[in-house]
Parts: sequence; C-alpha cells; structure tokens
Amino acid sequence: MFQLKKTTLCMALSLGILSASQAAEPIKVGVALDISGPFAAIGVETRDGIELAIEKLGGKLGGIDAEFLQTDFAGNPQQANQLANRFIQKDKIDFFTGPVASNAALAVGPALFAAKVPFLSSNPGPSQFAGKQCNPYFFGVYQNDTYDEAAGVLANEAGYKNAVIIAPNYPAGKDHLGGFKRTYKGEIKEEIYTKVGQIDYAAEIARIRSEKPDAVYLFLPGAMGINFVKQFVGAGLKDIPLVAPGFSADQDVIAAVGDAVENMQNTAHWAHDLDNAANKEFVQAFRDKYKRYPTVYAAQSYDVVMAMDAAVRDVKGNVQDREALVAALKNANFNSVRGEFKYGANNYPIQNYYVRKIGKNANGELTNILVKTILPNHQDAYVAECKM
Amino acid sequence: MDVIFVFEQLLNGVGYGLMLFLLAAGLTLVFGIMDTLNLAHGSLYMVGAYLAARVHEASGSFLLAIVVAVAGTKILALLVEVLVMRRLYRRDHLSQVLATIGLIMIADDAVRAIWGPSPIMAPTPAWLSGPVTLLGSLPYPSYRLMLIVAGLLVALGLYLLVNHTRLGMIVRAGASNRRMAELMGVRVNRVFSFVFILGAGLAALAGALMGPISAVQIGMGDAILIPALVVIVIGGIGSVRGAFVAALLVGLIDTAGRAFLPPLLHVMLPPALAADLGSGLASIAMYILMATVLALKPSGLFPARG
Amino acid sequence: MQNNNHAMMPAVPLPFKSRQESGWFLFAPWLVLGVLAAFPLVAPLLGLDYYVGFVQRLMIYSIAVSSLNFLIGYGGMVALGHAGFLGIGAYTLVALLDSGQDSVWLAWGLAMGVSALFALLIGSISIRTRGMYFIMITLAFAQMLYYLAVSFSRFGGEDGYGIYTPLSLGSWLDNVPHALYWIVLLIAALVFAMGSRVACSRFGLALQGIRDNEVRMGAMGYPVYAIRLLAFVVAGAFAGLAGAMLAVNNNFVSPSMMSFGESAGLLVMVILGGMGHRWGPALGVVVWLTLAEVLKLYTDYWHWPMGLILLLSVFLLPAGLAGGSRRRVIK
Repeated sequence: MFQLKKTTLCMALSLGILSASQAAEPIKVGVALDISGPFAAIGVETRDGIELAIEKLGGKLGGIDAEFLQTDFAGNPQQANQLANRFIQKDKIDFFTGPVASNAALAVGPALFAAKVPFLSSNPGPSQFAGKQCNPYFFGVYQNDTYDEAAGVLANEAGYKNAVIIAPNYPAGKDHLGGFKRTYKGEIKEEIYTKVGQIDYAAEIARIRSEKPDAVYLFLPGAMGINFVKQFVGAGLKDIPLVAPGFSADQDVIAAVGDAVENMQNTAHWAHDLDNAANKEFVQAFRDKYKRYPTVYAAQSYDVVMAMDAAVRDVKGNVQDREALVAALKNANFNSVRGEFKYGANNYPIQNYYVRKIGKNANGELTNILVKTILPNHQDAYVAECKM
Repeated sequence: MDVIFVFEQLLNGVGYGLMLFLLAAGLTLVFGIMDTLNLAHGSLYMVGAYLAARVHEASGSFLLAIVVAVAGTKILALLVEVLVMRRLYRRDHLSQVLATIGLIMIADDAVRAIWGPSPIMAPTPAWLSGPVTLLGSLPYPSYRLMLIVAGLLVALGLYLLVNHTRLGMIVRAGASNRRMAELMGVRVNRVFSFVFILGAGLAALAGALMGPISAVQIGMGDAILIPALVVIVIGGIGSVRGAFVAALLVGLIDTAGRAFLPPLLHVMLPPALAADLGSGLASIAMYILMATVLALKPSGLFPARG
Repeated sequence: MQNNNHAMMPAVPLPFKSRQESGWFLFAPWLVLGVLAAFPLVAPLLGLDYYVGFVQRLMIYSIAVSSLNFLIGYGGMVALGHAGFLGIGAYTLVALLDSGQDSVWLAWGLAMGVSALFALLIGSISIRTRGMYFIMITLAFAQMLYYLAVSFSRFGGEDGYGIYTPLSLGSWLDNVPHALYWIVLLIAALVFAMGSRVACSRFGLALQGIRDNEVRMGAMGYPVYAIRLLAFVVAGAFAGLAGAMLAVNNNFVSPSMMSFGESAGLLVMVILGGMGHRWGPALGVVVWLTLAEVLKLYTDYWHWPMGLILLLSVFLLPAGLAGGSRRRVIK
C-alpha cells in the first residue's frame, strides 16, 4: 500500500550528446499533485500524463537527468503554498507544475515568481495571471474563460436562441459564465448560481424546466457536474441540449455518469482524436500503458514535461540562467499534442478551440468525439490588461 | 411561478429531507442512547454508496445492491463497534470526536486503496430512470418518488420499532436509565451494539439510495455530515421524531431557499447583487433555521432527555 | 439540572505545584525558547534553512491552538468554528493591504481588534447555549463566514488573495534577517507565558469554576455570562492574530483557511496535545503538522497513519501528549 514517491534519479552516465557543460546536477521539477482532496480524480490524470512523459524521455529533460518531486497537497491552497515554499527553499526546484485548480495556482504564484521558478501550468488558467498579475514566470495552457467563449460561439452557431446558464457561486463560476456571455448572442433566460459543493440540484432543475430554454450551459466542475447531469437526465430533461466546457465532460465524468451524458456538446483546446503526429503517439502510448483514453488534463501535463524538455535543450542545460530559460520556454520549441500554437504577450497560448460531442466511437465506447474547430487561433480576453 | 412549480419544489424538499432523515436517525440514536458522537457516520454512508454502486454495476440488480450494501456495512459496523466504539461509550465527547475523526481518515484511505480516487459509476436502475407524470402535467423523476416512498417507509418502520416493540422498549429503557436497565436484566451492551448497527444500516441505505443521483466519491460522507448534524440539533438530540421533523424542515428550507430566493431577489435588487445575495443566503438558510430554533427552544424541537 | 458541560469535558485537574513543577519543568520553557531563538542562526550550518520557515509556521499555529486550548480546556466551551477567527484576522489584513496600508503592526493589531469584535457578536449569541448546541452554533457561524468569503469577489473569493508586495515590519526591522521569525517567537512565547499564568489567575480560576459548576459560581455572585463571553472574545482575538500572522507567513489568504476541515484540525491539535495543559498546544501542533508534512513525502496514503495515531492517542494517552497516561475522569 505504500507507494514510493517517484524520484526518477537515473544514475546512468550521460552519453555526452547534449550535456555540454556542468550538467552533473539533476534538474529538479516540483510537482504539487491533487492526490487527495476535491480534485483527486483529475490529479490522477495529471500524474499519469507526467509519468508517461517521464517514461518517454527516459527520466531526462533535454538529455540531463531529472528528478520529479511529486507530492500531494490535498487540493488545499494553504498546503499548496507551503509545499511550494518547501520546493523552493529546501529542494531548490528549477520548474514547478501540477495543481489542478486556479485557487492553488494563485496560492503558489507569489512565492514561485519571487524565486524566479518557472511555473508551467498543467491546467489552471486564472484571469489574474492573464491580466493584471501577469508574470514572465507563468505559462498557461489555456485561459479559463476561453472554453466558455468557445461554447458561446458554439451555441450561436447551433442556433440556440436562448439559454439558461448555471455555475457555482464563486468568482471562477462568475468568470466562466462571464466568458460565455462575452460571445453568446442569444437571450440568457436565467443565470443560476448554486452553492459550492452542492449535492442536490432538484430545485435548480425545476427552475430550468419552467423556463424551457433552447439549451443549458453549465460550469460545474468535478462532483457538482456529475450530480447535476445525473439528476438533470433523471428529471426527464434529456431533450434540452447541454453545453459545457470540456472539464465537465471529460473521461472522468463519463466514467462516473455513463450514458446519461451522451450527446453533451463541449469545448476544449484539445481532443484525443486530434489529427497530429504528436497527439497520435501520445494517445496510443497512453492507451497502451493505462488502458483508457486520456483526458485533457493528462494531455496538458504530458505537454508540460515536453515543454520543459525542449526548453532545457534550448538552453543547453544551463537552467540557472532563468532569463534564458524563460525565453526558451516562450519559444515553445516542441511538438505539442495540441498542434501548432504560440504564446501571447501574457504567456497564455493563442490556439484553436474545438467542439467535441460525447458519443459512442467505433469500438462502442462512450467518449468525446471531435466535431469541428470553433475558434481558430483564439486569444484570451485579458491580454490587454497585462503590462508585460 | 405556478402551482405546479411550487408543488414540484415541495416534493424535492421532502425527498432531500427524507434522505437527510435516514442519515440523521442513526446519528441521533447513537448520540441519544449511547451519548456518543460518531463523526464517522458519514463514512458508513460512503461505504454503503460504494458497495451498492459496485454490486449494481456487477450484477445489474438494484435490489441486490441495496441488500449487499446494507448487510456489508452492518458487518463493518459490527467490527468497528467491537474494536473501537465500545471503548468510547464511557468516554467524554471530545475523545469520541478525536477517535471518530481518526476513523474517518482511515476509512478514506481504505476506500481509496480499494476503489481508487476517482468518483465511481452508480447506475440508476432502468425501471426508475424516466419521469412519471404527476398531477397531469408535471414530469417528476420516478427515482426521486421512490426515494420519498422509501424514506417514509423507513420512518414508519423506525417508529414502530422504537415505540411498539419489546426491543424498542428495551432500547428506550437502556437510554433513559442504563444502571436500572442493567439491574433489571437488560444486556445493555447488546442493546448498544444493536443500536449502533441499526444506525449504520440506515446510513448505508441512505448511501445506496443516494448513489445514483449524486457523485460516489471519497469525502461524500463529510459533505452530508454537517447537514445531518444540523438536523439532529434542530430536532433535539436523541429524538427520532425530532430528527424526522427537523430533516423535513431542513430539506424544505434548503430547497425553498434555492428555488424561490434568487428569483425573488431578482425582482427587488440589481442582478449582480441578487445573484450574490440569493445563493449566499440559500447556502446559509439551514444555519439561520438552526439558530432561530435554538433561540426559541434551546434543546431542540423534541429533546429526548428531560 | 446537571451542568451539560460535564458530559462534554473530561475533568482537567487544576495546575498543581508539585515536584514536577520544580527543576526541569521550570527550566524547560527557557530551554525551548533558547533553542528556538538560536535556530535561524544555526540552521544554515546544518543545511536546514527551509525548516526555519517551517518552525515559524508551527509557532503561529501554536498561538491559534493555544487560544482554542484556553477556551476548551479552561473554559469548557468547545468551539468547532474557531478557524473562522483565523479567517477574520487574515482577511482584515487583506482589507488593510488592499487599501494601501502595509504596516505589519497595524495589520496585526487591527486583526486582533476586528476578531475580538466578531467574537463579541458571535459569542453574545452562542454563549447562551451549552454543550452540543454550542458546538453547532459556533460551527454554523464559521460556515457562514466561510461562504461569505467564498462569494465575496473583492478579495478573490474562492481563488484567494495573493500578497505580492510583502508587508513592512518597519523600516529598521525590514533589514534585519529573520526579523519576522524572532517577532513570531516573541509573540508565541508571550502567549505561552500567558497560558501558563492564566490558570492561576483570578480570571482563570473563575473561568474554571464556571466550567466545573456553573450554578454554584452564579450563586456565589460571579457574572457567569460576562466571564464566559470575555474568555470567548480573548480566544477569538488571539486566533485572529494568528490568522493575520499566517497571512504574512504565506503571502496568501484564502477561504480554505476557515473551512470546517481547518476547525476540525485545530480541535484535533488541542485534544491530541492535551487539553488545559500549557505544553498541550505546542506538542499537538508539532506532532500533527510535522506528521502531515513528512508523511506526504513518502506515500500517497498518508491519511490512515494519522488517523491511527488519533485512535492510539485516545486509547493510550487519554490526557493527550502532554498529560500522558493520566486517566481522565469517567463522565
């Protein structure tokens, strides 16, 4: 039952191909994982993506031995903060990644940026880091609102004249609905805010039923989304289309909800059937190793490690030169599973967003199927506020 | 907002309240009769939900799943009772709190080790997955109707058990005066075990029934523990009747808060403020209810002990 | 009618001046103070730099746990919402910072004041109840504060508030390395000293008397309600101070610091350490938080060992770590 922390310290001699200079010192990556806590299910995905990448790179980054310090912070921002400080002061990490939620990202920001440790996000894309608090040491994989903006465009194109939108009552919930409202042109019949961590949605579902909207847009991460969808379908409202950002519709939700979630349309900046070489390789390797389809979280964390690998290679192992490292990271000189992208001025990517629909694939498995590109080369809405 | 809508919300409140009752009944019995605060009650709920979900998935039979879940949890509860709870009955409440928090932590890791960290699939039985038409025009989830019926049946059964059986009389005797009951030949230890296991069975039943409409995951017990504690405090500790009334009250207030407050506030206040205030108030509605009840009746609605 | 509090509480003996209080026991606090004071200077030599921050955090938590220990151990009032005051203190600091003030002293002082005020409000309602009901009311208030913090977007809501420009200790102290550590140590030591003295003080004795037999104390003319309320306010104020200190320590504040889990954690540390005992908070904090920090590094399954330790403590060390195997009185 005791699972040893994976400190991948390859003691093999470096073959001297790439490591020109000092390079005896391994590269240290601090990974704060959600092993327990509200996002534990997603934390597993993040970890699996990282492990797969480590395996592919042979435990090295840019040809130099790398040590991945993976530790649980239980989804608690205070603990994330303490863990980051530990990583910085005791372990002297060179890179940081791992947390799933925005609140943890914001908790570790101050310490990491002050210590000039690049924080490559494996999921959170808070608007604060895209706008007012932008920082050269933060690299986002997507900005939180972009999924919702894409969904708004999707709703427009699908001809939904009106919608009811629902999210938990906290700033992220308001931001996400704000993102949807930014692009959606139809009528918002009702904007429903639920309690964070709410279990029973009968009251809200009854309100939706009485409104009879063309569609329902929901941002309900984790268990909240699972509960809602199960109860929504159980209430016989299956013919009202559900639209969601990708996080409420990925494999973990499908596994927990089952057929009830079929036909849900969702948006994301990646789909496992995206047609590029890096992605095909990733998905195949993931299925071989873990016997299931990867979620977007696994894809992102895999990409993060690949990005680190490319950056270390570009600075020829000299990670102590933080300015050069950050510049190399910004070049994003690697084959992302998302395909082509580049970073905007605020270090958030400018990339494509796609529509996926949950349905049965060729093997009869219930999963996300790529439908189309909805927002090509889309940039987040906060870049203007960034003074970088 | 019409009569149908109000009726639907009424049913929702009753359904949620009855599920809370299943959980609160066991908690209040254990606290009332054995004077023991068992915070690990939520973990029993969780185990019941996991067992039911897995058995249903494997066997396809919902009824079998419930039976196995309740029986399995009861066996686990017996083990816990003998090893841990028995030693806690004579201890002070804070020791009980500490020990049961320890049990929660052990249970969480055990569940993670056995079933993994991700939420698992709890299927809705096919014959209950569609709506039923009530009052001619309201499609209401048949599963929720079943919950209401089940909750009422259990409440009736508990009432009969506690008030109209010899066993119930012995339980009540042991609660009101343990020494005297012992002197009269009642095996109080057996009674206590019985009450604890009964409570566990109720919690497991609640978990098994709630599984299909909620997320079956680690920590699901902690989320529902606080409302259950609120219910037993409002109802009066030790009183099953109190727990029943309080659970319905909490269920209705909570549902009504979420259903009616936001639209009501929308009419009166600007939308941003209405949204904030509406859901904020709805979240704390049950606490306000509790504070109000305690202000008027400091020992709860139906205190069991004088 | 019997005092309901009796059932909640183990009987904690009044502090006694026995042979235990002489020699080693009198000497111990000074020894610990000396070691802690020297630690930041010694740590770099041993390669333990990171642990200076860790010890600093432990000291701040010991202040919070001390305040709860005072309330539960001496006052017999089990508050399950104590982390709410941590949050109030922390957010007061945030509010001050947001409005442009960056003095640590002002922030901490104000945090204590605002927390005391909240404690006065919450206490004036809660103290009318007893036992289990008191627990639930204090929990309810903490939950309300938590939901308020989550929905209030001005200070980040659930995302929390990051402090990017550190607060100032005053122009002179800002340049002294480890100044914050020694200030925290000083405050923690003062709180420890107060905790040691209060048991024998008039106020402390009256409070313990009320804990043990409220009716008699009332009959003797003591203002029971007022004394209880004062104890609650003092406890709340110090918890608020600890919260504001945590904010400075972490450079980050979020509603999770006043969640139910945090309140339960504080309670666990009080009981584990040994209630009513002056070393209780320190022992509880050190053991619990160190375990949490260290176990996570070695395994994903770190919950069950800590749960097991709680069980063992309840059965083998009924009076907590500080009390040892001294048996509690059966209720």
